[in-house]
Amino acid sequence: MNEVETQNKVKIHTKNLDLFYGDVHALKDVNLDIQSHNVTALIGPSGCGKSTYLKTLNRMNDTIDGVKITGDVFLDNENVYGKGVDVTILRKKVGMVFQSPNPFPMSIYDNITYGPRMHGVKKRIELDEIVEKSLKGAAIWDEVKDRMKKSALSLSGGQQQRLCIARALATQPDVLLMDEPTSALDPISTTKIEELIAELKKNYSIVIVTHNMQQAARISDDTAFFLLGELIENHKTETIFSSPQDKRTEDYITGRFG
Amino acid sequence: MVRTKFEKEMDRLHLELIEMGSFVETAIDDSIKAFKNNDLDLCKTIIENDKQANDMEKRIESRCLWLIVREQPIASDLRKITTALKMITDMERIGDHAVDIAELVIRITDENTFADSIHIPQMSAVAIEMVRNAVTAYVNYDLPLAHATEAKDDIVDEYFNLIKHELVEIFKDQPQNMDNAIDFLLIAKYLERIADHAVNICEWVHFSQTGEHKNTLIF
Repeated sequence: MNEVETQNKVKIHTKNLDLFYGDVHALKDVNLDIQSHNVTALIGPSGCGKSTYLKTLNRMNDTIDGVKITGDVFLDNENVYGKGVDVTILRKKVGMVFQSPNPFPMSIYDNITYGPRMHGVKKRIELDEIVEKSLKGAAIWDEVKDRMKKSALSLSGGQQQRLCIARALATQPDVLLMDEPTSALDPISTTKIEELIAELKKNYSIVIVTHNMQQAARISDDTAFFLLGELIENHKTETIFSSPQDKRTEDYITGRFG
Repeated sequence: MVRTKFEKEMDRLHLELIEMGSFVETAIDDSIKAFKNNDLDLCKTIIENDKQANDMEKRIESRCLWLIVREQPIASDLRKITTALKMITDMERIGDHAVDIAELVIRITDENTFADSIHIPQMSAVAIEMVRNAVTAYVNYDLPLAHATEAKDDIVDEYFNLIKHELVEIFKDQPQNMDNAIDFLLIAKYLERIADHAVNICEWVHFSQTGEHKNTLIF
């Protein structure tokens, strides 16, 4: 697909989404479109629902007791919460990277091949290809290519996080969800991840939760502001950080509450 | 929640802008007093004091840059700080024009008997008021005051044309004093430029509130 065609194409369409943790109404009638091949930043104070929303996109909330979800999330026009949806396949399409790097306690190579093996890839040559492609895609290939059999835990925090991104890429997803992926990293590792995100958006649609306003302004195309479970404002990032329409957004991004 | 430290820093910035504004207003006022009274000592003081305006500009510049680094302002906060950075360039130029006038007054010297019969003091009163109101409009986030101040530029322009005609009338029979006539006109021209700088400040005040500068959305 050429660049013009990929622009302004909705990848994820969220419609009237409500989520309850028991009695707690954590997401309130969220309607949000995530554009294809864009970086969408989700911002808002702690407890506003942004991470909860992120996890609805690959049904990570399903594993929590007492969760009730109503409304729809469409990925490429297919309802993520529809009957007969294979959650494992969904999570293959919608990869996730977490706040703290969480490599499996196994070799670098096995970390990357874990997902593909689970999805039935067995041939060594194919696995080798996936490993190289994924590690290159996550800009860590040069640093680890000579120590594939070493434990992933021997890597630095920044390298571990890029390894986790490579692991997410290994299942060839369409969408990457990132929940504060740099909050545990030093500035240099943070810059590397941010540059990587800019590179990855050519091939993936990225949704990132961040508490760092400057990061949201630097790396995202669209920004959605959540407050108390509501989506308050969703605009081009340039608009949000120069002339937000809602006073609550302005108060939040300028640090006056939250 | 209020960002106490940031608000305090902004208050300090506002105070410094008011201080610089009132300093250059006084410089214009003094230059016109020196013109009326042919007061060469006052002219020298204005010229010597101009360094203070430059120092104020540098101090405000430094405060703004450190505010950007430490507070990482966004949206309207960032506009307010960049507006201050733009304003002080105009204010510094206003101070320079007061010096320009003082230097002319030194040159005009003795034959300054026509000072009372031309409208330079009236013109300067409007220009000074414009400078004061432009800075006040910024500090008080007063957009109507900024717009009203911009509109006063027409009055200053009218004064300039009036003074031009007055000078033509006074000096048409005195070709030997044409030098002075030109210097008088230059004083009026500097006042007209001062008013233009006040308008520039008002345009930046408009930007700080709306993100638009001269009808173009920039931030």
